[in-house]
Amino acid sequence: MSTVDILFWIFATLSVGGGLSMVLSRHPVSAAMFMIISLVGVAALFVLLESFFLAVLQVLVYAGAVMVLFLFIIMLLDVGPGASKINFSNWKTGLIGFGASCLLIFLLSALLSPGEDTLSFGQSWTVINNSTAPAPVDALVFSTDISAFGYALMTKYMLPVQISGFLLLAAMIGVIILSKRSGTPSSNS
Amino acid sequence: MTFDWMPDTLWFSVLLKVFYALMMIGAVMTMAGYSVLAERKVSAWMQGRVGPNRTVLPFVESIPFFGPFLKGLGIFQPLADGLKFLFKEEIVPGHVNKFYYYLAPLVALVPALTTMTVLPFGQIYWEDGSVTTLALADLEVGILFVFAVSSLGVYGIALAGWSSNNKYSFLGGIRSSAQMISYELAMGLSLLPVFLWVAAPGVSSSGLSISGIANAQEGAAWLFIVQPLSALIFLIALFAETNRLPFDMPESETDLVGGFHTEYGSFKFGIFFVAEYAHIVIGSALFTLLFLGGWHFLPFMNDPWPENWIGSLIGVGWFLCKTIFLIFFFIWIRWTLPRFRYDQVMHLGWTKLLPIALANLIVYIVIVTILDGSF
Repeated sequence: MSTVDILFWIFATLSVGGGLSMVLSRHPVSAAMFMIISLVGVAALFVLLESFFLAVLQVLVYAGAVMVLFLFIIMLLDVGPGASKINFSNWKTGLIGFGASCLLIFLLSALLSPGEDTLSFGQSWTVINNSTAPAPVDALVFSTDISAFGYALMTKYMLPVQISGFLLLAAMIGVIILSKRSGTPSSNS
Repeated sequence: MTFDWMPDTLWFSVLLKVFYALMMIGAVMTMAGYSVLAERKVSAWMQGRVGPNRTVLPFVESIPFFGPFLKGLGIFQPLADGLKFLFKEEIVPGHVNKFYYYLAPLVALVPALTTMTVLPFGQIYWEDGSVTTLALADLEVGILFVFAVSSLGVYGIALAGWSSNNKYSFLGGIRSSAQMISYELAMGLSLLPVFLWVAAPGVSSSGLSISGIANAQEGAAWLFIVQPLSALIFLIALFAETNRLPFDMPESETDLVGGFHTEYGSFKFGIFFVAEYAHIVIGSALFTLLFLGGWHFLPFMNDPWPENWIGSLIGVGWFLCKTIFLIFFFIWIRWTLPRFRYDQVMHLGWTKLLPIALANLIVYIVIVTILDGSF
């Protein structure tokens, strides 16, 4: 096992263990702290893939900004342990949880199984004929360079960027409208 | 940095890295300790007092002229302060959440020390003409790394405030998280024009490395001159992020007793204290690198020192001089300006700095586009 492998197992355990502890911990503040550990672990995994930019963004956006807001709200509302309404002994909750985990395991195994051409016995995917494939364009070179990210975002992925920006704007306006609806308009000033 | 005599094994390279890291920590912690002394001396100077001038090691005092001089400077005061924190009685209030109470000072200190890994502080000129930047890790995403790690520092203060189970501490923690989130935006936005300015058109590998920005100011205008508004916004946000006095909402003694560290004593308080000053040292170094030319001599001038090891040393020394001046500037501001009210801090951050930073960015986008001739 090389050094990278050992580091991978350490950080993979950290992120998965952090995620699990987040779900299982009773206290919201502990849950938030475990989630931060999990996010930082994922960032470390990005570093092992030499994708420093993604790692830094992961810490900057999720661990540094989003989770601070979570913690802020948890502390401001003073949520203590036992505040969660979910009762695991309820059979409906149990059934839904079981179904959801079965679905998750099925999807994961379907996605992560080693690529095979066969769907079932004898039936196979039709191989795309290379001659009818669209003419190759200049592929974006794989790179962990920041300028490569910027270039790809502003050329190949322009439409997704604009759509996600539009969705975020819509969500932001929606939040403003929803939070302003209750109460008189001039009550805050 | 590798030399011929070094064995090329994994353990040796790890040991070498640990050695470099310890040296860097030693340097920054020493500077943090002496900025505490500088704070006391400068405040005394501004208020017409003398400041610490009694602490001295026994054998130093007996040196004829030099000993009393050092005693008057208070050189040994940080040592005494540190020992005081170590040997004070350890008090843990009964109503705190113990685990987070002990965790919080560490969470505050670790990000402050981690940011120093990407701070370049000089250059080595090799005999074959090549140049190596002196830094523990000169990352391409250096500045983002600094932002990412320093944004984790808020957890220390927030957790300290929350786990102390005390209304004053809690208010301090809440204020600090709100303040840090508010000023991070303006801080990040104020740096975008800097990167726009430094990145030459057509260069494909223009990253976000700090040493790249410092080197772009060699023999050219310092970015402080080219982009005064960016520098000003960055400096204000830096004060807010380090919780220094016009913005020291998390502790503000007059209305919150001690803020987030009300319930902390002895060495745990000492760690918070050191973390705050380490933030100041690193913030000053960062401002020097980004806006004051780093280790390069003066604006519009090439470095007058020779390109050999003497030049490297002078460069590092010059960089330290600028950093120390900025630390002095931090202290100067602290003893000059009164504290903002909390709503004024929020108002300044969201309705003044953020729009100004956005406008600044747009103006520089237009200017850079015209200069590049690429519109």
